[in-house]
Formats: sequence, structure tokens, C-alpha cells
Amino acid sequence: MKSKFTTAVVTAIALAGPAMADLVVPNLSYRTGAYAANGIPYADGFNDYFTLLNERDGGIGGEIVQVPECETAYNTEKGVECYESTKGMGALAYNPLSTGITYQLIPKVTADGITLYTPGYGRTSAANGSVFEWVFNYPANYWDGASVAIKYLLDENGGDLAGKKVTLLYHNSAYGKEPIRTLQALSEKHGFELQAVPVDHPGQEQKSQWLQIRRDKPDYVLMWGWGVMNQVAIQEAVNIRYPMDHFIGIWWSGSENDVKPAGDGANGYKALTMHGTGMDYPIYADIQKYVVDAGKAAGAGDMVGTVLYSRGMYAAMVIAEAIRKGQEIHGTSAVNAAQVRDGFENLEITEERMAELGLPQFGPPFAASCTDHGGPGAAMIQQWDAAAGTWNSITGFIAPDDAVLDPLVAEDSAAFAAENNITPRCQ
Amino acid sequence: MLYREAGDFKTTYREDNQTFPIRFDRIAYYTTVAAAFAVVPFFINDYWANAVFVPFLIYAIAALGLNILTGYAGQVSLGTGGFMAVGAYACYKLMTAFPEMSMVLNVLLAGLVTAGVGVLFGLPSLRIKGFYLAVATLAAQFFLVWLFNKVPWFYNNSASGQITAPERTFLGQFVTGAQTSASAKYLFCLAFVFVLALVARNLTRGTTGRKWMAIRDMDIAAEIIGVNPLTTKLSAFAVSSFYIGVAGALFFSVYLGAAEVGESFGIQKSFLILFMVIIGGLGSIFGSFAGAAFLVLLPVLLKNVLVGTLGWPTDLAAHIELMIVGALIIIFLIVEPHGLAQLWRLTKEKLRLWPFPH
Repeated sequence: MKSKFTTAVVTAIALAGPAMADLVVPNLSYRTGAYAANGIPYADGFNDYFTLLNERDGGIGGEIVQVPECETAYNTEKGVECYESTKGMGALAYNPLSTGITYQLIPKVTADGITLYTPGYGRTSAANGSVFEWVFNYPANYWDGASVAIKYLLDENGGDLAGKKVTLLYHNSAYGKEPIRTLQALSEKHGFELQAVPVDHPGQEQKSQWLQIRRDKPDYVLMWGWGVMNQVAIQEAVNIRYPMDHFIGIWWSGSENDVKPAGDGANGYKALTMHGTGMDYPIYADIQKYVVDAGKAAGAGDMVGTVLYSRGMYAAMVIAEAIRKGQEIHGTSAVNAAQVRDGFENLEITEERMAELGLPQFGPPFAASCTDHGGPGAAMIQQWDAAAGTWNSITGFIAPDDAVLDPLVAEDSAAFAAENNITPRCQ
Repeated sequence: MLYREAGDFKTTYREDNQTFPIRFDRIAYYTTVAAAFAVVPFFINDYWANAVFVPFLIYAIAALGLNILTGYAGQVSLGTGGFMAVGAYACYKLMTAFPEMSMVLNVLLAGLVTAGVGVLFGLPSLRIKGFYLAVATLAAQFFLVWLFNKVPWFYNNSASGQITAPERTFLGQFVTGAQTSASAKYLFCLAFVFVLALVARNLTRGTTGRKWMAIRDMDIAAEIIGVNPLTTKLSAFAVSSFYIGVAGALFFSVYLGAAEVGESFGIQKSFLILFMVIIGGLGSIFGSFAGAAFLVLLPVLLKNVLVGTLGWPTDLAAHIELMIVGALIIIFLIVEPHGLAQLWRLTKEKLRLWPFPH
């Protein structure tokens, strides 16, 4: 604690120097409150990747990256305060890790001209770049996740889900409600019966929901949970002896922190993931050398290599690549927010590039375009091995059902465009 | 020496009854109002508007509303968050159903809708009081949040259940949506606060307010001297809910721009506003402002000092901030159980005697 405090004071004094020439990527994180268990590793991964770039490469294109952190506690009011307090520093991109805050920031970033990057969360229809000029959510979004989960279940059941019962256990907020529309469309298409069971913030009390699940005996339970809701749900599923391999979480409900409290009972629990996990990537050697061993790790430094740490790192990697792309397009290293947006829009992450970065086969390769801000949407299924304490991928990347998703995205973004008088671009 | 009634001669009843009988207070009040309307808008930026002034002003309206109900009429309410949600959703429905309608009208109508809902949930107050009424209003809180989550009509069937404020103008200036300038946002809220506080002050010192206070102090005695408990309690609920509804409408449309009911208008909001009223001072207009300032501005100030100036890690600062605010609340309530308003009142008494207190 003491060393953490000293490091922080030193960093702060260092940060207090002239910052105008540097690249600024604020980290709207949450290390307190009911969602801290998930917010901490993500924020650590995000900070550590930029620390690595600064220490190893001297920043991006020779420019040091500043990552001022601001605590939101997953609260939208604090999120607004954080956005307003950091945007004046010359922020290039925001990644608030909260669907609620994302909804608030979409109009603000559009007016202020700053990119909002929401990988795997946020407003799904922002995948339509012709309406959402400043918002990017590749490589995957909630509707992709819902579709991938159902596709996986179809595979498990020989392509037929007719007559099966699927229950969605969701966080009763914008985040949890996002997949309902897609799942409804999919249940019509595949003939399974969908039941949506809400859990109110923060989700520590789920007895009645699980009683309902025990009574309904659904064939599968999908979960859109976050924070303490995940741990509680998995423990409750163990308590009612629900078969864990029929319980599938979205990528936000599949970290070590979610399954460990339930001990051995959580063995076999499945979750989606949009990137590889574990420490078997060359980049971790560099992180160990330049960040952890140098005493520059964010937070307590004990989260390296966990699922959400990798995800924070992945988000930072994409932002860093977008900044690099922006520098390349505009031929200047000191890019501004608009130039970084161009970087995001023309970003192409190839397998070779990921290997160069020390992350071979880590995420799906993708290329953005003026219309496509959503990426391929593919995700893998991983399964928890309680004895070994690891997540194991049990499938390759599964592509979502775009025939169902595309009309939904078009419909939702058209409604947004109509409400806000936006003329679609790139026509 | 400066703070004296002496030499300030009142020659009419009107002057005798004015809100600020002391000249110094009057000058301070007029200066504050003039500065708030004519100086601040020229200097305000996005950060000051969105993180400091607009939330403070909106919470002040909500605290005024709850103070009318709890402080003046003595009816404890834990449904503030739910009533703010009614204001917000009514405003959203009005904004989307009648795009050409003036934003001021939207906010006022949202207040009226909330007043109606408040009267409805105020009906039990005719039979039950004290803690039991608090529980009844708690039911209102949970019912309203559940309702706005459950019925898609309220959020126009949006996929996520979020309501998002479309852009609306007043006198040609954007007051909602992302294009709103900091000063427009601030002035729009300030105008509401100014008028509503003025109305609240005059309601509470007139017949209506005296009836409310009579019911608060002893309802049976009040009934015997001819105060009708039905109309008095229900009018308190109506006026209070109107204020809270206006606060909710502004909170959603001007301040946040997008909201979801469970997160923005949950039970924490009810408690936050109740704490504002208790810390500020029950039955005091000034107390509503002081309480709102204390609970809105202090955390922002602490955050800026701890993280911005001292450079502490954000998590440590957030925890320490909770502890400091909590400790200050306890200290204030031990030192002065009647709130910041009473503290201010005592200060004024002392000031009158200064520098020769007997």
C-alpha cells in the first residue's frame, strides 16, 4: 500500500509537468463500488499497456502517452464529471467501460469531436458507422455475443433448438437489456422459448430469480451480468445444482473473479470471449520486464494475465494502433482527436500485426471502414476448469448470424438518426 | 458592526415582513443573484456547468421540494427518486411526442404530472404517519422504478430501456442535447431555481405554509383550530412533487442527457436528497441550498484536491472521500442537529452582537 501510494505520488508529480505535447488517452475506470472486482483488472491492463509502450518504445511514434485516470464507480453522474474534467487535456479517445456512461457520452463526443471506443459493450447499433461517426465498437458487440451463444447452442443440439427453453438472466440496466431484442428475433427464427429474468443493481440478492429458474427448469441459462452480480449468480447456480455446462455468460461474466468464489462448484461454467486469455503470449514477457519489474504496474500489480486484464490491454492495443494509423495517415506524430478518429476508421488489425505486437492469435483480425465500425463480431466459448484455475477455449471463433443482426442494427441506428437529425454518411 | 438592524427603519408592514430584514443580508442576496445571472454565465465553461453548477442547482430544486413535504409539512418521504423518475419520463414522453413544444412548458408539465402522481401516493398519509408513511413512500419508490423498467411505452420501446433527450431549444438557444452551451444550460436551470425558490419562500410564509407547519407540529390541534388535514397534506404532496418532478425533468434532459431509471433514480437518490434536507436543515429554504451544496460540491472538491492536487490513486481517493463526507455529516449533526441552516442562524445571532457580546 505504501509503495503504491509513493509510486502514485511520484507519477502525479511527473504528470503535473507540461502535458500539452503528449498524447492523452483518459482512463475512466472504476476501482470502487459494486463493480470494482471487474473494473480493477481492466483498468490495470489498460494502463499497463500504455506504460509498456512508453517504457519500451518511447510512446507511439515518439510521442509519450498520458493516461490520466478518473474514478467513475460505474456511476453515470461521476462519468459525466470525469468526461468533462479530462476532455480539456486534449483527450484523443474514451473507453468508459460502462454502457450507461456510453449512452451519455455518445451525443457529447459527437459534438466535441472525440472518439468513443467501446469494445464489446455500449450501444450495439453504433456498429453502423454511417450514423455514428465518432463511435467504434469493434471487434464485437452484445448482439454478436447473443447470436454467437445461440449458434453455439445450435451446434451442441445438432442444429435444432426447437422447443428448448432458454433463460436470459440480465442486469436490469441498459447493458443487460441490450441482447433481449436479438434473442427475441433468434427465438422466433429457431423456435426456442425465451424467458428474460432481470436482476436489479447491484445484484447481491438473486434468490427469487434462481427459484424461478429452478421451477422453470430451462435447458440453458445465458447471463448478462457485471460486478458482484456474476459471483452471486454463479454461486446461486451451484446452490440449486444447475448443470454448470448449460450456463453461459457473456464476455463480461467470464473472468476469474466471477467463478473463483464458487470454488469447485463453478467447474464447467462457460463464457464467451472475444480474445485469447492466459499468459501464453510473448507480450507478457515485455510487460514483466518493462512494467512489473520496473515497479510501474498499475494498481496492486496482481492482475497481470487475468481475463479482464487482457481485455483492458486489448482495448489499449486497439486505441494505440488507431493512434498509430492516424499518425501514418496525417504524417504527424502529434495527432489531434479528429486525426485519431481517421485512424480508427481506417484501422486494420491483421494476424501479422498482432504477432508483431506479441499477441499472436489473440483476437479476430478485422478491418474497419466508413460504414463498418463493428468488426466481424466473432467470439469464442471458454470453459472454466476449477481444479487448474484456468479458462480453456473450447471452440474457435464463431461468427454471428448477420442475417438476423444487420436488419436490427439498421433499424436501431435509423431510429437514432431520425431522433437526432443525422444524415447518414458514406452513401 | 455592519450586521445590525439599528438604523434600518421599517415604515410599512411590508418592509417589516421582508425575507431579509437586515440591510447587509439584502445587499448580499441581491449581489449573489446579480452575480449568478449576469456574471457567472460569461465565465462558465463545460466543466463548471456539468460537474458543479447544473447538478447543484437541480439538486437544490429537489431538496426544496422534499423540504416542503418533510421539513414544512412533516411528512417523511423516501420516494423522491421515484418522483424524480416520473418527472424525467414525463418530460421524455412530452419531448418526443410534441417536438415543437417549448422546453419550459415540457418541464412545467412534467412537474404537473409528478404532482398528480405525488397526490396519489400521498393519499395514505391521511391515515398513516411517521415511519409507516416513510415505508408507504418507499413502496412508491420501488413501484415507480419497476414500472419504468417494465413498460416499454415509457421509453419508446428503445432496445436498451434508456431514455435519451433529443435536442430542444428555448428562445433559439439549445437547452438540451450535446450542442447546448454551458451558459445556456446553467441559465436555464438557474431561472427555474430562482423562480421556484421565490415561490417556495412565499408559499411557506403564507397561509399554505402555516397550515403545513400546523399539521407538522401537531395534527390534532391543527384540525381543531380549523386546518383541513386532507387538503393540507395533499397540497404539500402536490407542491413537493411538482418541485421534485421539475428537478427530475431537468436532471434527465439538461444535466444527464440520457438516463436509465434504476441507476439514475434508484433508492440511493431518495436517500441522497433526504440527507441534503436533513444536513441543510428541515424547514428552511436556505437549508435546501446548503444541503445540496454540501453533498454535491464537497465530493467534487475532495476529488479534485485528492486526485488533482495531491495526486493520490483514484481508488484510494474515492474511499477516503466517502469517509471524509461521512465523518463530516456525523460531525455536523452532532454539533448542530438542526442542520447547516441553524448553524447559519446562530452565526447571524452572534454577528449581531459582535464585537461586544455583552
